[in-house]
Amino acid sequence: MEASEFKSDQYVRFCPGCGDHAICMALQKAMAQIGIAPHNVAVISGIGCSSRMPHYLNTYGFNTIHGRGGAVATGVKTSHPELTVWQMSGDGDCLAIGGNHFIHEIRRNVDLNVCMFNNRIYGLTKGQYSPTSPKGFVSKSSPFGTVERPFIPAELVLGARGTFFARTLDVDMPTTVDCMVAAQQHKGCSIVECLVNCVIFNNGTHAWIADREQRAEHSIVLKHGEKMIFGANKDKGLAVEIDPQTFVPRIMVVAADDPRVLTHDAHQQDPTLHRLLALMGQERFTDVSDQTFATELPVALGVIRDVEAETYDVAVSQQIANIREKSKAKTFDELTATLESWQR
Amino acid sequence: MQLTGSLFSSLNAILGHEISTLPDFPAEIRAPQGTLGGVSGFQIELGSEVYTPGDKADVIVAMNAAALKVCTLGSHFNHPQAQFDDQFSLYHRHAIVIVDTDSLSDKDLEKAQYHTSNPFEELGIPESVQIVPVALTTLTKEALKDSEMDNKSILKCRNMFAFGLICWLFDEPMDEAIHLLEDKFKKKPALIAPNTKVMVDGYNYGQNLALSVNQLRLDPSGDSQLAAGRYTSIAGNKATAWGLIAAAEKAGKHLFLGSYPITPATDIMHELAARKDMNVMVVQAEDEIAGVCTAIGAAFAGDLACTSTSGPGLSLKSEAVGLAVMAELPLVVIDVQRGGPSTGLPTKTEQTDLLQALYGRNGECPAVVLAASSSANCFDYAYEACRLALENMTPVILMTDTYLANGTALWRIPQLAELPAIKPQSVPEDLKGRFNPALRDERGVRYWSFPGMEGYQHRNMGLERDARKGTISTNPENHEQMVLARKHKIEQIADQIPALQVQGNAASDTLLVGWGSTEGHLHAAANELNCALAQFNYIHPLPKNTAEVLRAYKRIIVCELNTGQFAAYLRAQVPGIELEQYNEIQGQPFAVERIVNFVRGIKN
Repeated sequence: MEASEFKSDQYVRFCPGCGDHAICMALQKAMAQIGIAPHNVAVISGIGCSSRMPHYLNTYGFNTIHGRGGAVATGVKTSHPELTVWQMSGDGDCLAIGGNHFIHEIRRNVDLNVCMFNNRIYGLTKGQYSPTSPKGFVSKSSPFGTVERPFIPAELVLGARGTFFARTLDVDMPTTVDCMVAAQQHKGCSIVECLVNCVIFNNGTHAWIADREQRAEHSIVLKHGEKMIFGANKDKGLAVEIDPQTFVPRIMVVAADDPRVLTHDAHQQDPTLHRLLALMGQERFTDVSDQTFATELPVALGVIRDVEAETYDVAVSQQIANIREKSKAKTFDELTATLESWQR
Repeated sequence: MQLTGSLFSSLNAILGHEISTLPDFPAEIRAPQGTLGGVSGFQIELGSEVYTPGDKADVIVAMNAAALKVCTLGSHFNHPQAQFDDQFSLYHRHAIVIVDTDSLSDKDLEKAQYHTSNPFEELGIPESVQIVPVALTTLTKEALKDSEMDNKSILKCRNMFAFGLICWLFDEPMDEAIHLLEDKFKKKPALIAPNTKVMVDGYNYGQNLALSVNQLRLDPSGDSQLAAGRYTSIAGNKATAWGLIAAAEKAGKHLFLGSYPITPATDIMHELAARKDMNVMVVQAEDEIAGVCTAIGAAFAGDLACTSTSGPGLSLKSEAVGLAVMAELPLVVIDVQRGGPSTGLPTKTEQTDLLQALYGRNGECPAVVLAASSSANCFDYAYEACRLALENMTPVILMTDTYLANGTALWRIPQLAELPAIKPQSVPEDLKGRFNPALRDERGVRYWSFPGMEGYQHRNMGLERDARKGTISTNPENHEQMVLARKHKIEQIADQIPALQVQGNAASDTLLVGWGSTEGHLHAAANELNCALAQFNYIHPLPKNTAEVLRAYKRIIVCELNTGQFAAYLRAQVPGIELEQYNEIQGQPFAVERIVNFVRGIKN
């Protein structure tokens, strides 16, 4: 199928230069690559810039209320597991007002594909800090800098026993498309953290990895079954060691030809290493006052975790089917016939 | 005690008696037994032409000293010097009071805050009351002395002795009662024999020792106005759940409930979660908001979607109900009202959510509001809520309350074929390829297409939409047009609902007006006053003849369990009308006597 088959007739109204344009195009490409007909796809969103996405897709779409996209999407998918359901959300919609629904859709492992656009700012309300803004971040609602500790989304996902987590970058189209296709292929709640730039209110928030010159040195695209090698010259690799005093495992950078270089296993059920990988380089995004980093670890992009587990929507339908198969009464009249009654 | 009560009401329904029940229990699950705050009661009226659980009891079973005090003093149980009083006592002065004498030790009396060792004298129980002392605990132990049960399990059977005794008192057949017990304990067969033994011993105790009271005999409802058919007893919450099940099957829709536990609505979710045999899908959501939002998702995907809650939950769902109004999706919201505001009185009844249901949303946000008026017709109005939602693409809020939800009534079991047709608002095929969510039929109701249907893809939303194209619009005239279109859509539903019927003496110049669960009490009051009654089940829109009916009466008294919410609404809907109000806000259903006194100008 062609990406154009997934475009709606609506003019795309993201700000010129906004990272959401790229995500929108990537999504249309990914949907074409996946090849599921538009009428079998539902795209659900909450409120925010990212939540405008359904209007630009020629699928079924529902732009709901702030924070509740996850709950509405859970209802769509659970009642109709045969549909492909996407959820579009942002760092405010997903992690602040919709935080409860976010962790519970992950916990239940509802088979949703969730694109969480993280620009570390509230854009549609014109520039307030978000739950992913680094501590000390100056915004309209924090003129003297925030005093709050931010979330690292990957930790929430793993803490809620997530089965799929990927991270991608608006300016990296191939990785974004790959992550979206992988999210669809994964049976369960797939979270794709899309790092997007807000050109108006938080320009350059991801420059550390988004700038073309720096990206190869500051990020690594993880691929299942491939060695973890990065750098402009592909000369660096990642290895893990355990601190002999504290027994805390940590990731370190070694030479690419070092035999200790890790091979990425996204299917490993144990989330320990996935967590370490997902946290690499995140301290840069948690505190604006502390930009002196102890490590030289790259930010991990690509599919970090992709493990199998029963999905909620299938389990719910299966339980009903099993009980119906065994039950004698299947209709209302058959049900009432079983009642103790008195005839007049 | 709740078990004894529900068994006794089921037994009477099977025997063909009309019933009305009022379970009344504390909010705590295991409230301290033997204390005044821990008394759990179950009130039942049975016979023919039963409209309410009754004002004052003919028979009281007091399982301990605290229960005896609460029944004797009513709401005055906490007054240190209070004694039996015709006004406040829960039984009348010729009642039979069965008391467990094993539960009147000094320690029991102290726990229940008695000051003397003679509770009957201290409470000033008149001599006309027939006190029947029965050593329930001793007799139960005696009945099970040959069993191998431990003492704790034996004591749990004490209620069955009381049950047997009441069966004797009302001359009810033991074989039916035994059958009922077998059914009740079919999942715990080990309990059938001991419970049956204790119950039969209780019955025989009454018969053999010829308790010095007269048996009471009920006439079966043979010559009452009950229609032919099969009857059973049903609690309001269960009736509500079954109404949804019937509607889904009739409409050919898959039933979906998104809900979060909240007293007193939770039994609706319990019942539906157990009805997977009926293809019901239940999501116990992470919160009230997710409950309604998962339902909205299911409605968007083409299901008959419902959410059940009580007042605090309805507050939390407000924004999402607004979304369903804006997105014009069918949605059934069930509000089992309880005492409020805030956490309020979670296990008590009240009619205080009416204005919230009507107006508690941002923007111009009309929804249909219905109210059930008996435990049995919770079935009919749940069914009706589904019909109106599916045929008019709108949220419908169904109001019940603690009294209806937990109370039981005799229910005539309908066949699906005899229930009204339900025709969901489906989309005409000629709109394929050019569908948009703003397209309406001649009634002003938009069409419903959902994911999976090829050629009808569209974007729905909580944003205002263009009246022609269905896409986002902030145009000023368009917004006004859309506000009026949504308003009109709800108002035209008045064409689809029955006219308001006047009950009682329609020719009287006095009209009692009520809505929802007070019907039984107001009906009984109207009978006694020989006046007319207009009881509303359709709140928004109102029946078309509402103004005409009201204007025909000189004196109109709106009676409700709040400070006058329906009266305020009626004044707005029927301009210039003069209404008197009778209001109680005590967490309890009306007492018929107090309504009658008010109308007659007698001080309560």
